[in-house]
Amino acid sequence: MADLRNPILPVADPAYIPIPDDDTTTNLGRRFSTRNYSNKLLSSLFTGLILVGLLLAMGNKKSTHTSIPVEEDKILTQPPMSRGKPLGVSEKSNQQLTMRDYEWNDMMLSWQRTAFHFQPKNNWMNDPNGPLFYKGWYHFFYQYNPNGAVWGDIVWGHAVSKDLIRWTHLPLSMIADQWYDVNGVWTGSATFLVDGKIAMLYTGSTNESVQVQCLAYPANHDDPLLLDWVKYSGNPVLVPPPGIGPKDFRDPTTAWMTSTGKWRFSIGSKIHRKGIALIYDTQDFIHYEQLNVTLHGVQGTGMWECVDFYPVSTTHSDGLDTSANGPDVKHVLKASLDDDRHDYYALGNYQEETGEWVPDNPEIDVGIGIRYDYGVFYASKTFYDPIKKRRVLWGWVGEMDSEAADVKKGWASLQGFPRTVAMDTKTGINLIQWPVEEVESLRLRKQEFKDVELKPGMVAPLDIQFGASQLDIVAEFELQKEVVLNSTTFDEEFSCSESKGAAHRGALGPFGILVLSEESLIEKTPVYFYIVKAKNGTLSTFFCADQSRSSLATDVNKLIYGSYVPTLEGEKYSMRILVDHSIVESFAQGGRTVITSRIYPTKAINENAKLFLFNNATEAGIKTSLQVWQMNSANVPASKSTKGGPKLDIVIFFSLLYLVLNFDQFCDKSLGFHF
Amino acid sequence: MIRSTIFCILTLYPISCIQATPSIPNILGNNLIDQTCKKTPYYDLCIQTLVSCPESFHTDLEGLAKITVGAIAQKASAALRRIETILTKKEHSKPAVREALNACASRYRAVVEQDVPETLMSLRTGNYKFASRGTNDAATEAMSCEEDFAAGESPLSDLNVAVHDVSVVAAAIVQAVIES
Repeated sequence: MADLRNPILPVADPAYIPIPDDDTTTNLGRRFSTRNYSNKLLSSLFTGLILVGLLLAMGNKKSTHTSIPVEEDKILTQPPMSRGKPLGVSEKSNQQLTMRDYEWNDMMLSWQRTAFHFQPKNNWMNDPNGPLFYKGWYHFFYQYNPNGAVWGDIVWGHAVSKDLIRWTHLPLSMIADQWYDVNGVWTGSATFLVDGKIAMLYTGSTNESVQVQCLAYPANHDDPLLLDWVKYSGNPVLVPPPGIGPKDFRDPTTAWMTSTGKWRFSIGSKIHRKGIALIYDTQDFIHYEQLNVTLHGVQGTGMWECVDFYPVSTTHSDGLDTSANGPDVKHVLKASLDDDRHDYYALGNYQEETGEWVPDNPEIDVGIGIRYDYGVFYASKTFYDPIKKRRVLWGWVGEMDSEAADVKKGWASLQGFPRTVAMDTKTGINLIQWPVEEVESLRLRKQEFKDVELKPGMVAPLDIQFGASQLDIVAEFELQKEVVLNSTTFDEEFSCSESKGAAHRGALGPFGILVLSEESLIEKTPVYFYIVKAKNGTLSTFFCADQSRSSLATDVNKLIYGSYVPTLEGEKYSMRILVDHSIVESFAQGGRTVITSRIYPTKAINENAKLFLFNNATEAGIKTSLQVWQMNSANVPASKSTKGGPKLDIVIFFSLLYLVLNFDQFCDKSLGFHF
Repeated sequence: MIRSTIFCILTLYPISCIQATPSIPNILGNNLIDQTCKKTPYYDLCIQTLVSCPESFHTDLEGLAKITVGAIAQKASAALRRIETILTKKEHSKPAVREALNACASRYRAVVEQDVPETLMSLRTGNYKFASRGTNDAATEAMSCEEDFAAGESPLSDLNVAVHDVSVVAAAIVQAVIES
């Protein structure tokens, strides 16, 4: 049951074969610092374990390898498995780590706060609400607890921005001051009426904990900041209909216009174990007519929260207004599943006459198919940006640390970096997500690494001249072609979450980048590709993020996330990673698969956070080129590159000048230094 | 028995356990408790926890979840009391142990003041994923408290295990509520 591990781990992870003694100078003149590990015992044990790994990979369960002396996990093949949610398995290890090693101190906790992701100044946040663009401002509302770092006392926070990155926090837009929302002003969405006015529909949890839908609208439509909101005097406008449970009726969507001139929107619910999207028509947002069909439903998926429904073009990657329809249009139906706390979407066709939506492929229907994000990402919601003609996706990224730590640091939760969503016109079966282009305005210094080659088992530190806590990384990888062609390791059944993370060695993977990693690799977060070859030669790409060794702390998530990602003929393996302190967002193949991770290192913080390349495959070498940008903080105006800006530099310069010119006087005073 | 009665009464929302000594129930006759506990990894503990509170025989799945959350609160409070006792008695002068006890106190305060109310509110309003979060976090806090100590030095092992295990049971029942 307990994972008995040698408490004193070797300094470096010996699953990564030592880099040879001679410097590997690359043709960009950059010298990678090499480390000299000479440990023949580890090498031979490791070789034995490769065989173990290969045998297991081929499904051979015979213990023909019993002669290999596997010393109790000195070698890292089994990462400390934490399932994140203790389900009856004791996670005790006989680690001699004392509390002092990783007790959450202010330095570690304050480092966790992000530089360019949306978060309020303190306390708890969850779902994004009613995002919209109005009179020159992007508006963002969100579920907020003004009283603590845990969910409860939920009201609507509010912020505005010109660029989706630099936010100005405004007063709360709605509080729980009515009988129908006293137990929670929950999630809702905005609809722009024909005359440009805004109707906000949201869920209230009543004084008897019944979920009802309520209408709110701006008190003053001339106010670009939309500071004040009015709740319709006749609220609630909708209560749970017959056959729907009083606690299974929440999160109304943005409405779309039908050809009859009525508005139509959806609310998620369930009937027994079937998750469904109810639909209502309205002309005035006060009187509603429930359609006797649902938009769609999928058996076995449970409650559908935060339903989202929107059109995408099949021919171009611009966004479409929520009411758009036509021959070159498909519709995305998305639900947040209460069962597993993940966001799922499916592409399909909306048939307005019947009111139903039909998935293109029922096998990957809503809730049983594709996820927006294979990490921490929930309750997401899109809106149409008419200025830049794009559809933007917001998603709640919760904490993966302990409540006690959240209380200590005084806040919990982030929003994912806003992404555009569009049809992947190359595959036609999935969406592409990509950070909004404004992210590039945060880029400062850049370092490029071209054609770096890593043999199997190599780890190469990247000599980054700036901090590694705020980065935008774009990387491309290629495997050695002949090795891929000749490899006879076939058809492994692979899943990121059930693998051993980056320690899970295959012929053609894993390879990728270690972010937020400490110099000795005692803490590291691998983001990587894992390639599997089928007997007929076709290759499958998996993209994973491994939290299992991201921190020495025992009270943080140690799971491994990821998924299969479609890779087309001729494409290199490409990834983009946004690192922003305790959030890491990883995009594969231009955004076909995305993984959001929350990382809480105890050592790999501030100047001790480093970046590495690695190739832990057993057969194939890799060649990679990457660009690494230093990312600015969103709290600093775009023109300044340092925290204090030029004014501070001038002050420091003259202070030093004065000091130097008058150093005798200073020496006389006992300041403790003498020139 | 008295202790069990107390934890029922301490439950923050009205599940009143009036009888001091409940009669031995016919567990097999009460399908809900048996079925529910089968969905948890600690069947015996689940049965014991629920059966100690007579209200469990007249309530639904949500009610059973609330009862187990009450047990979390009771055991976490006991841990806080023991920490206070040890720290004031100054029995353990080892700084490492005192530090660990202080860290554990923060953890258990989070359980009692954050996790438990969050879970009960979530169950009450039907936004169940926060109940899942609260119960799972309680288990994490308990486990982490135990790991804050060097091997053999924890004066809280029995309570840490108790909180961890009953939290895991509660989390499993919450998941059953979500999937019902």
